[in-house]
Amino acid sequence: MFKNFVAWMDERIPMTKTWNIHLAQYPAPKNFNMWYLFGVLAMLVLVNQIITGIWLTMNYVPSAEGAFASVEFIMRDVEFGWLLRYMHSTGASAFFVVVYLHMFRGMMYGSYQKPRELLWIFGMLIFLVLMAEAFMGYLLPWGQMSYWGAQVIISLFGAIPIIGDDLTLWIRGDYVISGATLNRFFALHVIALPLVLVILVFLHIVALHEVGSNNPDGIDIKKPKGSVPDSEKPKFEFHERFTKKKDIVDAIPFYPYYVVKDLVGIGIFLFFFCWVIFFNPAMGGFFLEPPNFEAANPLKTPEHIAPVWYFTPFYAILRAVPDKLFGVILMFGAIVFLFLLPWLDRGRVRSIRYRSNFHKINLTVFVISFIVLGYLGVKPATEVYTFFARVFTFLYFAFFGLLWFYSKNENTKPLPERLTK
Amino acid sequence: MKKFLIAMLTLLPGLAMAAGPTIPLDSADVDLHDKASLQRGAQLFMNYCMGCHSMQYQRYNRTFEDLGIPEDLGVKHLQFTGDKPGDLMRNSMSAESASAWFGTGAPDLTLVARVRGADWLYTYFRSFYVDESRPFGVNNAVFPNVGMPHVMQELQGVPSKTTERRMIDGEMQDVYVGIKSDGSGMLTADEYDQAMLDLTAFLVYTGEPMLLEQRRMGWFVFGFLLIFTIMAWFLKREFWRDVK
Repeated sequence: MFKNFVAWMDERIPMTKTWNIHLAQYPAPKNFNMWYLFGVLAMLVLVNQIITGIWLTMNYVPSAEGAFASVEFIMRDVEFGWLLRYMHSTGASAFFVVVYLHMFRGMMYGSYQKPRELLWIFGMLIFLVLMAEAFMGYLLPWGQMSYWGAQVIISLFGAIPIIGDDLTLWIRGDYVISGATLNRFFALHVIALPLVLVILVFLHIVALHEVGSNNPDGIDIKKPKGSVPDSEKPKFEFHERFTKKKDIVDAIPFYPYYVVKDLVGIGIFLFFFCWVIFFNPAMGGFFLEPPNFEAANPLKTPEHIAPVWYFTPFYAILRAVPDKLFGVILMFGAIVFLFLLPWLDRGRVRSIRYRSNFHKINLTVFVISFIVLGYLGVKPATEVYTFFARVFTFLYFAFFGLLWFYSKNENTKPLPERLTK
Repeated sequence: MKKFLIAMLTLLPGLAMAAGPTIPLDSADVDLHDKASLQRGAQLFMNYCMGCHSMQYQRYNRTFEDLGIPEDLGVKHLQFTGDKPGDLMRNSMSAESASAWFGTGAPDLTLVARVRGADWLYTYFRSFYVDESRPFGVNNAVFPNVGMPHVMQELQGVPSKTTERRMIDGEMQDVYVGIKSDGSGMLTADEYDQAMLDLTAFLVYTGEPMLLEQRRMGWFVFGFLLIFTIMAWFLKREFWRDVK
């Protein structure tokens, strides 16, 4: 019965074939470590955001008059509304946690290098859309921080010469942030950007499965056809799409091996995720900021406006520069350089395991800079903080410059023939 | 480089202490399981606060249910506006009147505990003091130049600020040490503190009425996740026997 159904389907749509190519007969390097979990976790959080988002939309009122009250209605009067809301708000922060770690994994093991440049670009586009999605979503509760945070960020576009003022007007749909802004942000947040996000995630995975997964050793598991004796080949069956032109070594099928391994990772991740949801949803004011429990008031500016934690590294870079326009350029530059990583890194050795000590130090300094900038971004811009923000902004950008410089003739270690562990 | 690092490490922790409240806050030991405390807090809120401040996101009957107050008693003793038990806890002072009388609208207090924190509220309630320069004759040490009168003066008595002369940076200065009542109130100092703790607890409750349910459910979720993760781990180990 089931067999007949599958056969019937397969004659009409490539069901079994797709399953095999992408899961059951997809060759994944057998030495993935825990850094390789964050991709699947990002997918999990994306699904969480979409599902909880749909249910939140059922009771949310996208208007300046009704938004704040409708969120409290969800929190108090909707059955399990508080759970949906906390899952969604925690999911937003969790998304950035896993995406930042996922990106760091890519940087650590050189997953952006040839032939995975496009894969990296799709990933960076996802990151960009995710930031826009999070920014617009943060306006929707219509709290004080929603309102004033959006005010500050949108006003940044005003720094662009000539068209700046008109551009901010066009984005807001009004001279200040108002119900008009809220309505368009709602439309973009619930349909336009999620749609783009899902398409980009699809392309990200298509590109990944075309070039194959990288691994902690950063070496190829696809060898020239005929170069590997049968005794060395894995005992698993891979789809002919992968084996026709290449011999594959040290690989295992994604399903079931990585699926069951990811389940363990998902379980551990959910412990942290649920701890926040049930025991600390505001996360000390980092996930839900205290001023945001006060309804937006255009006449009352909060003492200290800080964006949510995941934007603060870039916000610190912006504030580090005295000139507004140059600050905006540098802030976007911080992301543009990440886009260019596949071409800035001129090395051929991918994994940090076999790269020079200088590279290890460089990457470490980069990570420290990113974290310190994130810390400085939540603090008020005092003289001393601004000084540190400048130092670490410099170090952030120095990473890319240095990488381009030394990667051409880097003193790397010899690569192993086969995956190590 | 080394010098720079040392400078950084010594500077950063000190810098973490940026702007904060004007006086140190007392810690409010709120117990949301203490229904009697919450009920007393609700009584204080309805009698002293709600004349001006609304609680427009919270419903009467939800409050009665969560605090273990029978609905008929709640309606009789805690509901003064003529609303139905299922209504939101609004009040009748309009924003225009409030602006005319106090210079500013009285903020809604449903979520005030989430904005300010329990410690801030607890200290604020106990920090009014006589200050003839203010329109209502009182000021507040936590919220300087606050625009409201000391509505609970009949409970606390007339409070005045006590200061102490201390040597600071080589100069004698008057330093704020606390509030002292003249004893004309209906409550003793300890009773007043307890009453304000009750009121704080009530506001913490209204900020997150689902909090107890949320925590309780959290433990069940942890239980489920523990079983799930252990089973997933065994499943993984079983499958990965094939991988050499």
